[in-house]
Amino acid sequence: MLSIETQEENGHTILLLKGEVDASNSVILDEAITKVVVDGSNSILVDGAGLEYISSAGLGVFMSYLEDFQEKEIDLKIYSLSERVYEVFKILGLDQLMSIYPNKKTALES
Amino acid sequence: MKHQMKISCQTAALSELRVFLKKTLGELHLSDVDQLQLILAVEEVCANLIIHSHKCNALDFIQLDIKQNPGKLIFEITDEGKAFNMLDYEVPDLNKVKGDKRKGGLGIILVKKIMDEIEFDSTRGTNTCRLIKWFQS
Repeated sequence: MLSIETQEENGHTILLLKGEVDASNSVILDEAITKVVVDGSNSILVDGAGLEYISSAGLGVFMSYLEDFQEKEIDLKIYSLSERVYEVFKILGLDQLMSIYPNKKTALES
Repeated sequence: MKHQMKISCQTAALSELRVFLKKTLGELHLSDVDQLQLILAVEEVCANLIIHSHKCNALDFIQLDIKQNPGKLIFEITDEGKAFNMLDYEVPDLNKVKGDKRKGGLGIILVKKIMDEIEFDSTRGTNTCRLIKWFQS
């Protein structure tokens, strides 16, 4: 079960993820990010506090945008991941490729 | 300890698989991080089989057997779909995956990094993938 809420805040678009991302629902995450980009946002913040689980299907969604976002100068930042979910990003080395922060404050200040 | 589960080949079954794994692994007093990683590795193999070998045919099934031997935990995943030996799969470089804007290819990297041993055999149409994790008993 995955739900994604979108909020606008001072020029940033915040995606609040709640639940689990796997191969059955990663398309929801993909569509949410695509919509934010189509709507013209150039600063996407992903609040991962409610993210309980993510498999390679979800990680692959993030990966597939990195190159385009770099070219188009769109910021993608993830924050407030639980330790166990953050470890999954680390196993793959995604912590080196993506901007991941401990909380919203540090994400906004960077 | 010996547990087993029959998994229908549809991605909707993955959450049910996680519930089963969480309950089974809960008996072992693993850390939260270790438990999630084992669940993830087993799910990645099953998701690959469901999607690629069985094309999400809900009438097909995968069998998962979990055994605890001294010092190791063995996850045996059996199916009768198209054989896929992940040991033959060359893990892609992460920067290449990024450059190609691909969504796939990460699952097997995770499995190989999380598990200590991986075995595969295919005999008379039955494929068996064994994921082995060593631990201090």
